[in-house]
Amino acid sequence: MGDWQHFAHGADIGVRGRGATLDEAFAQAATALTAVVTDPGLVRPVEAVHVQCRVADPEVLFFDWLNTLVFHMATRRMLFSRFEVRVTGDRLEAEAYGEAVDVQRHAPAVEVKGATLTELAVRQEPDGRWIAQCVLDV
Amino acid sequence: MDLQGITRESDYRWVIEPTGAMRVPAVLYADDSLIRDMDDKVRQQITNVASLPGIVGAAYAMPDAHWGYGFPIGGVAAFDAEQGGVVSAGGVGFDISCGVRTLVTDCTREDVVRVQETLAHELARAIPAGVGSTGRLRLSAEEMDAMLTGGARWAVRRGYGSSEDLEHIEEEGCIAHAKPAAISQRARQRQRDEMGTLGSGNHYLEVQWVAEVFDAKIAAGFGLVAGRVVVSIHCGSRGLGHQIGTDYLRDMALEAPSFGIRLPDRELACAPIRSDLGQRYLGAMRAATNCALANRQILTHLCRDSFQSILPGTSLRLLYDVSHNICKEEEHEVDGVARHLYVHRKGATRAFGPGHQAVPQSMREHGQPVLIGGSMGTASYVLAGVGTGEALSLSSACHGAGRSMSRHQATKQWHGRRLVDELAARGVLIRSPSMRGVAEEAPGAYKNVEQVVDVAERAGLARKVARLEPLVCVKG
Repeated sequence: MGDWQHFAHGADIGVRGRGATLDEAFAQAATALTAVVTDPGLVRPVEAVHVQCRVADPEVLFFDWLNTLVFHMATRRMLFSRFEVRVTGDRLEAEAYGEAVDVQRHAPAVEVKGATLTELAVRQEPDGRWIAQCVLDV
Repeated sequence: MDLQGITRESDYRWVIEPTGAMRVPAVLYADDSLIRDMDDKVRQQITNVASLPGIVGAAYAMPDAHWGYGFPIGGVAAFDAEQGGVVSAGGVGFDISCGVRTLVTDCTREDVVRVQETLAHELARAIPAGVGSTGRLRLSAEEMDAMLTGGARWAVRRGYGSSEDLEHIEEEGCIAHAKPAAISQRARQRQRDEMGTLGSGNHYLEVQWVAEVFDAKIAAGFGLVAGRVVVSIHCGSRGLGHQIGTDYLRDMALEAPSFGIRLPDRELACAPIRSDLGQRYLGAMRAATNCALANRQILTHLCRDSFQSILPGTSLRLLYDVSHNICKEEEHEVDGVARHLYVHRKGATRAFGPGHQAVPQSMREHGQPVLIGGSMGTASYVLAGVGTGEALSLSSACHGAGRSMSRHQATKQWHGRRLVDELAARGVLIRSPSMRGVAEEAPGAYKNVEQVVDVAERAGLARKVARLEPLVCVKG
């Protein structure tokens, strides 16, 4: 079980990832994004998609990261279950591993329209662990 | 909601007078129980909206208001461009021009009940719904532009439906001043395979019957007859609108400081109407509106085909098509002065009263049809705009029930397959590719739409015309 969770937000749903590093928190939040649609354990990490984002504000970088995944999910009709994220300064490089949506097997509950700026936060906790979160519009 | 500092002006109208950064009052329409159950975040969000530059009159919250991002869902706010007014991507929502259209058939409930299973199967086959579904149409770049500027008129030219449909669509099926050039390549890519698809979540195509008529004269004027069948389609601008929402929310948040706009919260991201960014967003939003109108027109055509194959000879006449996530230029009288305003309605339905020029000629004496979607398996309502709505809410009413429970809670409480069986036993057939999706959309996870509609009527925002009960519901 990864270190991610959902939090309630009215009609929508929030995603939160935690990790020892910023990279890990971003990766965990991406797993939470998949979990809005289906059980990430059902998604085979057989195909990799390369993701790049660049912006100085780490919170906007997180917003861009999730929205780029939403874009690839929608246009490639894929789901992702494993993420390798590297954030260096204002730049994010990542590999997202997943497979094409299989309606029978994945029983996708809902499509994600986008990540929003609501409850958007990227911060380091007093214990040194990182948190990355925001609300998704579904 | 904490009622401290809120003045109750009447049984259904609550006012928060301007304090701090608020430029105008915030006005909420609700009864005792709805206001108490509303999230405190609605109060925070609607007062934040009341603090935005150029806002006119008041910031309004409809009876179904709930916590959104930036603006509450169920929020209405109008801005004057001449007074530094703004346009906000969060004030429209990600699903630009999400809305409802209702078609009136000449079938009786019994006609449909006889073929209910077959019709449900056929509609589920014909209407692309759910995650990963694609439409049959692939648009070239040129045709995409034609669709983005032509809306439902483009769809009719392509053979989807007839020109009579257009008279019964907001803006006669095509909103002017759309700017396809203001749309990103990503938005275009997301729409490439999604024309004529329903989407997921609370979007649906539902076969319903007129279970109760509240206002016989207006119902007759709308062509609604007790016991007859109607079809309602609830969906929006699909991936294109979602991506435009994402793109401009980001741009507005990053550029707000350059406009000297101090936002209490970044999610209120907006831009002056008289700015390049504001104009680009308006152009992109209008193009997405045309996409939504074209999409609902294509779905209408697919639905008509399905009816023809199961119930040959059935007519499905368009009653009306109205959006509930949109920003529109409208003329309103505020404090006795006629103003040209940019009215944001996010999870709120325009509700022009009798005689308004924007209401189709054939229904003008009755007021604009206001189409209120229920949750899966529950009633929907047709209302009509009333004259009092202009002064009360810039001619706006509610849009639906609104969730009362998170998706996560709903999946813990209900099981999709069992819910489908229970509803089938009550005569409502649900067809969805996802049982988890069905559980998340359980009727019990929503507020009581009847209460919301009653309050809208008693508050003077709209008049109840008819109640629609579901027979078949196709969901994503």
